Amino acid sequence: MRHVDHTKNIIELEHLSFAFADEEVLHDVSLNIHQGDYLGLIGPNGGGKTTLLKLTLGLLKPSAGTIRLFGQDRSAFRDWKKIGYVPQKVTNFDRSFPATVREVVGMGRYAQRGVFRVLTKEDYRLVETALDQVAMGRYGDRLIGDLSSGQQQRVFIARALASAPEVILLDEPTVGVDSKAQEEFYGLLHRLNSDLDLTLVLVSHDIDVVAQEATEIASLNRTLIYHGPPKELLAGNYLAKAYGKGLKFIWHGH
Amino acid sequence: MLEPFQYGFMVRGLEAGVIISLVAPLIGMFLVLRRYSLMADTLAHVALAGVAIGLWLGLNPMMTAIATATVSCVGIERLRTARRVYGESALALFLSGSLAVAVVLISLAHGFNVELFSFLFGSIVTVRHSDVVIILLLGTLVSAVILLLYKELVFISFDEEAAQVSGIPTKVINTILIILTGLTVSLAIPIVGVLLISALIVIPVLAALQLRVSFKHTILYAEAFSVFSVVAGILGSFYLDLSAGGTIVLVTLAIFLAVLLLK
Repeated sequence: MRHVDHTKNIIELEHLSFAFADEEVLHDVSLNIHQGDYLGLIGPNGGGKTTLLKLTLGLLKPSAGTIRLFGQDRSAFRDWKKIGYVPQKVTNFDRSFPATVREVVGMGRYAQRGVFRVLTKEDYRLVETALDQVAMGRYGDRLIGDLSSGQQQRVFIARALASAPEVILLDEPTVGVDSKAQEEFYGLLHRLNSDLDLTLVLVSHDIDVVAQEATEIASLNRTLIYHGPPKELLAGNYLAKAYGKGLKFIWHGH
Repeated sequence: MLEPFQYGFMVRGLEAGVIISLVAPLIGMFLVLRRYSLMADTLAHVALAGVAIGLWLGLNPMMTAIATATVSCVGIERLRTARRVYGESALALFLSGSLAVAVVLISLAHGFNVELFSFLFGSIVTVRHSDVVIILLLGTLVSAVILLLYKELVFISFDEEAAQVSGIPTKVINTILIILTGLTVSLAIPIVGVLLISALIVIPVLAALQLRVSFKHTILYAEAFSVFSVVAGILGSFYLDLSAGGTIVLVTLAIFLAVLLLK
């Protein structure tokens, strides 16, 4: 198991701003994510959570500010296998796409192998390991579209795991997944963080669960309103700031 | 009974047809899954303009078709990615524009109407030995590039964003796919004709997709359906004195319907 240095910055965002046309979605956001963190990124819809994730992944370009990944400026960063990505897929992927679970998880090995190469035995072994890690080992030959939403989401986690990343970014992974499967899913994330020492960044609107599960919370509503342990978030007045007055209907307390 | 293989044109037609039937589903698989099915149809019309240019200038029409299609591929992709027009309307623009070019050139130069007719509907009689050589070389090139980029194409078709995040150069690969489509379409023109090429690229894949098997097996089934359609279509058209292109496409449709009803 790798040595976890909780002071080491994996993702550093400095004075990050982003605008769609004239509307500023993010304003002057600075945030460090350390090795071993399990960061819950919460905030209202349209608060910029997904935008922040896409900026980090290089899918969008910031209008101001800098992004460093593993100490390197994002534009110079090439070691993308260190970063796993689980998109918000369950609700919007093509269920009739002809791919088996094994083929989908194999995609996690593609970039490592490089263009013009086929997957090796070693790749397929890592695919099986990733499937076992998410308890989907028996489903390798099934079509991805034939699985339940919860199982599909686990397959997407396995795809991210297959590239042996150091950090996994998940965008609203439990949308459209039933509550029992959600519970198992959070159990899986907990194991990935505590047993495999993976750094996790979880975008979610589900404050209840995230405050319980994550070790760090960042609350985003155009600007970064809070970053720290979940306990202090609850003690302070941060949630009201982030969400406004409708909060009492969302927050059930723990 | 007539013996089809004693005619040189039948042998050439079958050779060219089998090569094209192997290449078409390789391209079609990725086009269909990426909702680009109409790209093949658009490029077929562009290639028709290329054929008209070739006949007008007295050059090999297949070569001018390839050149025109390749240049247009890049143009279409630029328009789409620059978001100057909607993706779909870029296709409509090129489809109608190239048809207009073809029609005007045809009216300018009278006298090649018979040959043009064979390009519209396909005719194995017009396949020359030099065409078979070109089809073999370029068909091999297209298949080789598709197989070399197979993993990347699969990933992009399934999840373009995740593919990009994993470090795959999605833009370059998208452009390559479209240029390969232009090549394949141009190659297929002498056999199935401009109007029916997209059917050969799309329908065997649609039939294979109904089987709901893995990605690899879907491609293999599409290949089998495609080769069977072309061989059965060419032989059928010979014995029954029908248009080869039309017969081939009707066989693919029959397979599609059979699979749809059986599954």
